[in-house]
Amino acid sequence: MYDIIIIGAGVTGAAVARELSRYDARICVLEREEDVCCGTSKANSAIVHAGFDAAEGSLMARFNVRGNELMEGLAKDLDIPFKRNGSLVVCIHKEELDGLKDLYDRGVKNGVPDLKILSREELLEMEPNLSENAEGALYAPTGGIICPFKLNIALAENAFVNGVEFRFNTRAEQLTRDEEGLWHIRTNNGEYVTRYVVNAAGLYSDYFHNMVSEKKIHITPRRGDYCILDKETGDLVEKTIFPQPSKMGKGILVAPTIHGNLFVGPTAVDIEDKESTATTQDGIAQLIEKGGMYVKDLPIKKVITSFAGLRAHEDGHEFILGEPEDAPHFIDCAGIESPGLTSCPAIGEYIAEMMRDMMDLKEKENWIGTRKDVVSTEGLSLEERNALIKENPAFGTIICRCESVTEGEILDAIHRPLGARSLDGVKRRTRAGMGRCQAGFCSPRVMEILHRELGLPMEEIKKSSGKSNMVFYRTKEEGGHTA
Amino acid sequence: MKSYDIVIVGGGPAGLAAAVAAKKAGNDSILILERDHELGGILNQCIHNGFGLHTFKEELTGPEYASRYIDQVLELGIDYRLNTMVMDIAPDKTVTAMNREDGMFTVPAKAVILAMGCRERPRGALNIPGYRPAGIYSAGTAQRLVNIEGYMPGKEVVILGSGDIGLIMARRMTFEGAKVQCVAEIMPYSGGLKRNIVQCLNDYNIPLLLSHTVVDIKGRERVEGVTIAEVDGNMKPIPGTEKFYSCDTLMLSTGLIPENELSRSAGVAMNPVTSGPVVNESFETSIEGVFACGNVLHVHDLVDYVSEEAAKAGEHAAAYVANGREEAAEDITVTAKGGARYTVPSTVSLDRLGDLLTIRFRVGAVYKDAFVSVYLDDERVTHQKKRIIAPGEMEQVILKKEQLTSHEGLKNITVTVETE
Repeated sequence: MYDIIIIGAGVTGAAVARELSRYDARICVLEREEDVCCGTSKANSAIVHAGFDAAEGSLMARFNVRGNELMEGLAKDLDIPFKRNGSLVVCIHKEELDGLKDLYDRGVKNGVPDLKILSREELLEMEPNLSENAEGALYAPTGGIICPFKLNIALAENAFVNGVEFRFNTRAEQLTRDEEGLWHIRTNNGEYVTRYVVNAAGLYSDYFHNMVSEKKIHITPRRGDYCILDKETGDLVEKTIFPQPSKMGKGILVAPTIHGNLFVGPTAVDIEDKESTATTQDGIAQLIEKGGMYVKDLPIKKVITSFAGLRAHEDGHEFILGEPEDAPHFIDCAGIESPGLTSCPAIGEYIAEMMRDMMDLKEKENWIGTRKDVVSTEGLSLEERNALIKENPAFGTIICRCESVTEGEILDAIHRPLGARSLDGVKRRTRAGMGRCQAGFCSPRVMEILHRELGLPMEEIKKSSGKSNMVFYRTKEEGGHTA
Repeated sequence: MKSYDIVIVGGGPAGLAAAVAAKKAGNDSILILERDHELGGILNQCIHNGFGLHTFKEELTGPEYASRYIDQVLELGIDYRLNTMVMDIAPDKTVTAMNREDGMFTVPAKAVILAMGCRERPRGALNIPGYRPAGIYSAGTAQRLVNIEGYMPGKEVVILGSGDIGLIMARRMTFEGAKVQCVAEIMPYSGGLKRNIVQCLNDYNIPLLLSHTVVDIKGRERVEGVTIAEVDGNMKPIPGTEKFYSCDTLMLSTGLIPENELSRSAGVAMNPVTSGPVVNESFETSIEGVFACGNVLHVHDLVDYVSEEAAKAGEHAAAYVANGREEAAEDITVTAKGGARYTVPSTVSLDRLGDLLTIRFRVGAVYKDAFVSVYLDDERVTHQKKRIIAPGEMEQVILKKEQLTSHEGLKNITVTVETE
């Protein structure tokens, strides 16, 4: 029996797990996929929002601003890259300038520091590659960019090191409360019993909420297509370029990623299917058109990949945090869409403190608040590299040539706590396969390393979850197609 | 690491031929740096035959062709390092590389030969909509899995793009028991060699769908099928022509990109059409003493031409090391016009040129009964009728040095395709 079970190892579930790991409690995270960071958390804009956009007085505003404050220290503690590159909401029509003032006022009320409205001249001086049509902008220096994979992975790893258990490939299906008030969670891997449940199920958070509460909520998957461009385009803009927000969200951005690529996206289309992360022709066409409105000569031919993410959009467009009146010991973290990534440290803090008080949890004496990321050889000097190679020759072998990832980094990613077990797991931890050749070169090599290190047959090496096997059988061993 | 006269980046067909030729031209200080665990490059996974018809007047497999050069490298005692990735080439020709044993090291060189080859264009660069499941392979990656690692990446295959590797893999997968549904090609003509279409598709009744492309990929975890549609003259899918093909694998053979990250960071001037360096008659790039050959220069269809070109680059590199940069006549420019998309080389100095000038180029469309013409300034000196000229096959014209010297004050050579 557990004290707390968290459903979902996305960034929200991981942040809650990490904060709860401060206390003496038996905690387990159930995740239907084979790794952390497999849903909305892996396919989003990776922006740490300043907080001027959310409605005044909303939970979104409060947690956004607090999350932004916490992110810098958290990134240091967890040894992950984070940069305050600043955000710009750019107007390309004069009549939009009034909207900027509204955003500015809202931002000030939300407690966003150092906001400034820029004239056309100031703006173009700051970002010379913006469209000639740019009329002015709202500048938020506290806006930032982060690696969403590393944030999620680091939070989970840190929770794990502090005693939180993780069950992968374990899909929660049914929740029932027995007479003693204990929750029974039926999964594809047996039943789990717990005193408290945290619902961090992302797109499915309405499913679990509605199973236990009469006050129904409804999550719409709001799909967003993205394009990632080659690193040679990464310095086109320095800041995150937003259009004016609309009721469908923050619009199509053009921004550098923390790793030096450029991205364009997302679109916003409400759909029914919570699994439909397929990109569409229309979506990609829209990105090319709209992204190109804000920057000069968007080098869209330099696209290296496109993907789609699903926002967990609740009808009320607000975070739903805490215990529903009619479902004791069931704690919602539902409706976590943008600014969800930014807010996760604050949501983790809030939920953990709430549960500490509810459950009378005691702080651990030996809680470890920091972790070291996978060793990165990027930017090391010749001497530093050689010191590393001397210690472990695997750091001398490049496996991913596009991103210069060594075998040593991949071994670290596999053998560390909650290590990678799939190609995508390796990719999110090391960037092997994320470069311009999109794993054409390194995938057979990473497969080989996974095969060797995990002792799995090649046929069992997967891209990610489920039936995502990379190869089927040895040549000559089966009769092939007809067998 | 000690210094070398000539450092060759890449131990594939280009690097090997360049090394052998440089050695035979008298240079004894040559180092080949190869990132894989053996010499031979991509030829090692090209186990089909058809290599060497021009060079050796016989049909060899890729590994056999490679071994002819590897044997020479060994016999001639040319130094090489395997499992070694070149990390940087400085403009002063210091090469930084890394491996397990030596760590990261620098090699000062008098000349550098770029022979890094090319890579495949990935799905992401094509903006194909749909899911991103397992089972989407570039044809060369699939070829490596089948031929080197010995694993089958799929049982039911659709191939997008009719580049040569895709055509070869259509046959290869068929041999291994897979069902190849079709090869779709967005252009109205194939990007591969005619002989490969006949020998790899027609002989096995694999349909080639010209002017067709993949418009959707189905399957969350592993590919479950693709939707293929016909495209119009602007390569836009025509609504209503969509057809679903069940498959577990989508293979891509949609173009090769010369792998010039190292060249670019060294500051070598690039040709935007080939994505390879701009070179002169000696295969020398914009940086003195840095040469380029093979697929890093422009993508070839026949390895024989890679070897020939690379041998010249090797000889010129050896001559450069021996004699330094000699005073030479002003460069003549070589221009592609009309149907010709580019030329290699881009400039010619008559003083450095040998007896013959070979100009290689590719066309941008299919031409039937057209003429390959060469103009020396305004004078047409070649007007050669060809039954068919296609983008998938590299073309060449050979000019004698006398032709060029006898044309007084020659400033420009133009290569063009004319319909009459």
